[in-house]
Amino acid sequence: MALLDVTQLSIHFGGVKAVQEVSFSIDPGIVYSVIGPNGAGKTTLFNLITGVYKPTSGEIRLDGESIAGKSPDELARRGVARTFQNLQICMNMSAVENVMVGAHLRLDRNLIKAALRLPSITRRDAELRAEASELMRFVGLDQYLEARADSMPYGALKRLEIARALAMKPRVIFLDEPAAGLNPKETIEVDHLVRKVADSGITVVLVEHDMKMVMNLSDRILVLDYGKKLAEGTGEEIRRNPDVIAAYLGAHA
Amino acid sequence: MHKRAYTGLYIVIAVLAVLPFVLPNSFYVDLAIRMAINAIIVLGLNLLIGFAGQISLGHAGFLGIGAYASAVLPSHFGWNPVLAMLAGALATGALAALVARPIFKLKGNYLAMATLGLGIIINITVRNEAQWTGGPDGMPVPAFGLFGFELTSDKHWYWVVAALLTVSVWASLNLIDSPFGRALRALHGSEVASRVVGVDVVRYKVAIFVLSAVFASLMGSITAHYVGFVTPNLADFFHSIELVTMVVIGGMASVYGSLIGAVLLTALPQALATFEGWETVAFGAILMVCMIFLPKGLVPTLAAKFGKGD
Repeated sequence: MALLDVTQLSIHFGGVKAVQEVSFSIDPGIVYSVIGPNGAGKTTLFNLITGVYKPTSGEIRLDGESIAGKSPDELARRGVARTFQNLQICMNMSAVENVMVGAHLRLDRNLIKAALRLPSITRRDAELRAEASELMRFVGLDQYLEARADSMPYGALKRLEIARALAMKPRVIFLDEPAAGLNPKETIEVDHLVRKVADSGITVVLVEHDMKMVMNLSDRILVLDYGKKLAEGTGEEIRRNPDVIAAYLGAHA
Repeated sequence: MHKRAYTGLYIVIAVLAVLPFVLPNSFYVDLAIRMAINAIIVLGLNLLIGFAGQISLGHAGFLGIGAYASAVLPSHFGWNPVLAMLAGALATGALAALVARPIFKLKGNYLAMATLGLGIIINITVRNEAQWTGGPDGMPVPAFGLFGFELTSDKHWYWVVAALLTVSVWASLNLIDSPFGRALRALHGSEVASRVVGVDVVRYKVAIFVLSAVFASLMGSITAHYVGFVTPNLADFFHSIELVTMVVIGGMASVYGSLIGAVLLTALPQALATFEGWETVAFGAILMVCMIFLPKGLVPTLAAKFGKGD
């Protein structure tokens, strides 16, 4: 059974139909990429599935259960994690604390216990700090373990977002342009990182403009254009699809 | 970060312990008590403003509810002062929780306006219900007693307030470095990011608003009993602004900044009294200079300057 099933999904902002009747399904454990020209509706699609926007119509099912219109924190409870195209790092916190926030739902959030600094809270926090440091090493941020978020370079912050998402122990992770703004060397590193994440058993949904990376990583690809589904299939199928070549790849060739 | 943060707590305890033995007379003891009371309120307010990134321009209103609960309930109904204080805190908490949900649908200026309005409504109520509150003239407050022991001397009040301040600093430090505190700071840093990791942002905003309102209410009760008299000025808009100014001058999102802000702004009007008629101008000038040269507040700016980090 598919992990994620999207049927006839649409959202309208006034007269703008940002996503129109898009349907697709994602099997568990794969890398699924969403590509398309700027403004095609890729990030809007992510925002719909992760609960940031509520769809105008259509259905989204996770494991057969309807999740359309559910709030982001309810989706987080169901194992949906994401990163952002425009960085969403908490600059008022340290790097490792940003990752620790990702584990929010796995912790005891009681206010009174926290104010009294009960041993159960501090013990769990110490474990979590170690776990978060481990995740930072996993994404290649070894040298920033003690850093403040606002002192880190852009490329490192992109990975810090991935580490925070992984701290949720998600089943599916949505990566919105993880390589945007990175130099070629960093892009290759992110490519490897996404592979590692997928190999750890987490389903990856990727929006990315770097075609080499997309073709390298993806098991299946969805192509959007003007908010509509243009094509869907394996990398090879997409590469040969005349509509796609005309609308998107052709522009680069 | 957190180990160094607790070093400051020992300094606070040491200062509080030594202070009564070096203060020359009761004028200074009185000033120290007022500083400590303000510091506790500002600690709570800073959790809301500095850490969670929200605003309240009506906190003096909550202070007023506590103060008047402690004045009205024992005088008119013969309540035990402790019970009256708790009833005030409970009422404040309930009111804050009731208004918080609609209020936190608002952001920025609208949030400021809504809290401002709330504070003003409380103030007007206190002024108008003269048969209970004495109206604009205020009313006397019975002494605070517990198990037949009455708190009357300044020295006793000092130790009570000093103990409360110590506990408040400790609890604030604990809270900030906990899952709850991280969620608060995260929703300040990036609301959308905190939502997608599962933080129910409205719940957290409401929780910290209620907590800081209850802090203010309890300290309103303490103020009422300590001074022995309450007036509506305690609950007015200018007092709300004064509290916010303490947060900003001391340093947003800084526990020790809250203390410094409260101490300075409580002391400043006293120190400026010699200017006779010019004290308001001097007060304003000092605030302006602070904001121009120390925009992040005293403690965070100085901490950054000396490379320590808070």
